[in-house]
Amino acid sequence: MTPALQAVNLTRVLPGPVPTTLVAGVDLAFAAGSFTAISGPSGSGKSSLLYLLGMLDHPTQGEVRLFGEPTAALDDEQRARLRLERFGFVFQFHFLLPEFTVLDNVLLPMRKLGRLGTSAMRAHAMALLDALDMASCAGKLPAALSGGQRQRAAIARALANDPAFIMADEPTGALDTRNAAAVFAILGGLARQGRTVIAVTHDQGLAATADRRVRLVDGRVVADDAPVAVPAGGGGGTD
Amino acid sequence: MMPLPLAIALAHLSARKRQTLVSVLGVALGVGVFIAVGGLMQGFQGYFRSQIIETNPHILMTDEIRRPAPQPLQLLHPAAAVAISRILPRDPVRGISGAGAILAALDAMPGVAAAPTLRGQAILRRAGRDYAVTVLGIDVARELRVTNLTKDMVQGSLQALATQPNGLVLGQALAGKMGASLGDTVVAATSAGGEHGLRIVGLFNTGLEQQDQSIVYVPLAQQQSMQGRPRVVNEIHLKLADITRSIPTAAAIEGRFGFKTAPWEETYARVLSVFRLQNLVTYGATGSILLVAGFGIFNIISTVVLEKARDIAIMRSIGLAARDIVAVFLVEGLVVGVLGVLAGSGVGFGLATLMRQMPSPGATDPSQRLLVVQSVPLYGLAAGLALATALAAAWLPSRRAAQTDPLDVIRGAT
Ligand SMILES: Nc1ncnc2c1ncn2[C@@H]1O[C@H](COP(=O)(O)OP(=O)(O)OP(=O)(O)O)[C@@H](O)[C@H]1O
Ligand SMILES: [Mg+2]
Repeated sequence: MTPALQAVNLTRVLPGPVPTTLVAGVDLAFAAGSFTAISGPSGSGKSSLLYLLGMLDHPTQGEVRLFGEPTAALDDEQRARLRLERFGFVFQFHFLLPEFTVLDNVLLPMRKLGRLGTSAMRAHAMALLDALDMASCAGKLPAALSGGQRQRAAIARALANDPAFIMADEPTGALDTRNAAAVFAILGGLARQGRTVIAVTHDQGLAATADRRVRLVDGRVVADDAPVAVPAGGGGGTD
Repeated sequence: MMPLPLAIALAHLSARKRQTLVSVLGVALGVGVFIAVGGLMQGFQGYFRSQIIETNPHILMTDEIRRPAPQPLQLLHPAAAVAISRILPRDPVRGISGAGAILAALDAMPGVAAAPTLRGQAILRRAGRDYAVTVLGIDVARELRVTNLTKDMVQGSLQALATQPNGLVLGQALAGKMGASLGDTVVAATSAGGEHGLRIVGLFNTGLEQQDQSIVYVPLAQQQSMQGRPRVVNEIHLKLADITRSIPTAAAIEGRFGFKTAPWEETYARVLSVFRLQNLVTYGATGSILLVAGFGIFNIISTVVLEKARDIAIMRSIGLAARDIVAVFLVEGLVVGVLGVLAGSGVGFGLATLMRQMPSPGATDPSQRLLVVQSVPLYGLAAGLALATALAAAWLPSRRAAQTDPLDVIRGAT
């Protein structure tokens, strides 16, 4: 089966007087509906890998394939479109827009996509918030929320356009143990809905709740407890 | 639901109410002053222009020749390298020769009325004092077809010159200075010699200083005898049915008869160039207020772009395109611009209304108020300039916002 997302010899070098290698020749495949935890020491390139996989950054070498399709030729506009339709991002800090209510923050990606009418968008946003136990906070500004509530609001926003991929970069970094476990439980649930979830975490306990654990050191994969076999020529389209 | 860029722009601005208000006030001030001062200027110039057009011939033919006639030698050898210098236009007895035939020809042109005039200098004498004036000898019947002076008559009439061979029509201001009134007699002396008793049969008040103080009218025959130039005419005054045709019509007439024929735009070129300078200064000054307002907008939007770097990055990561970000900040500039235009139109209207109640300085009629034009094009120009300034001011910071790599921000924050 073609993996949903695949890194092929993915390499990212920051140019400069002393070039820094962030990600070095990573080959990883992610099956649809899987929940992968990425861990590794600080500075090992976890975030950098996630940005490459999530169409936020361009690799210096290698490529990212989306359902077997190469993405290297896409321009910025097309990559923005992909992020809008296919990817949901959750960062360590919530990154909600402070002037907008929780509901308006969740509506933002839907309004940009413009696929639903106003009432349908509102209903969908409320359903997402409700599923995360956040319905009562819909009208509040982010500043009025607790850390756990903010992160759940950010997850609701990441889910707004029903993305196939959830990219979470230390989503529990700013949370206490109880809230962190809750967030990971939510991510696991999203994977069971068929979404491909990739979450970066330092926490071995949380990583244990995922389907698969990948460990990075110095931008390289050093451990992978459930590698995904890629069919020969998978996505290359040569045959 | 309102468009996303507008919603985000409004959120940014309403989080900075005071700064936004200051920017809006800057634009409003620029727009208001532009409308008020521009309206005043247009009112003044329009009044002046219509006075010129009404009290002066649309086209003035004089007995001058701009280019000397080609010399016989040149006519004989058209292709030869002959240069003849120091030609003096032959003009022993100045005057428009064949004026009768020219008048007949002009009468035949549709939309053209013409009247012959002899212009000359004279001294009016009254109570032992001399007043230098320009005397226009007119053919009353024809003059009535080309002049609007009848409208400005305050006593007597221009028509009275037709029945009073030694009649005199002059400005009320000049008559007042001389202490003369309707029916009085004044003595006119010219360089041709002799003194002529003239009887005041009409007084006018055009509001134009020069006209009221120094131009007087007598019958043509009287002027010809005063100037010692029997049967001579040195000007033909023309009035057009369509004033906008003045320049080409004048050129055509000059081409046909050879005498210098100037449209009013040429005769009053200096006044018109003063107007242009006046406009330049006025619109330059008011425009620079708008420019300063533009800096205000640039300032607030640059600040927002800097402060919102994180939000911009998150919006980009969510999937908003670079041009969505540009749109957000352009809309912010536009919102400030539109609010400023609305407020400024109110300010301009208020100022104009206020000025319209102020007495017009130097007006002969004390009840006359300042003329302030309030027109759609004026408001439109002010609005257009303000919005263009606002957009230009928003453009630079919005480009910078769109060009910033969201990853730089996200990397720095996590
Ligand atoms: N803008 C930058 N300029 C220079 N070096 C950078 C920059 N961004 C990241 N790096 C370096 O690249 C390497 C990988 O960074 P990255 O953020 O991907 O690591 P990480 O595994 O996410 O670390 P952490 O666990 O601390 O979040 C690190 O050594 C980091 O110092
Ligand atoms: Mg990181």
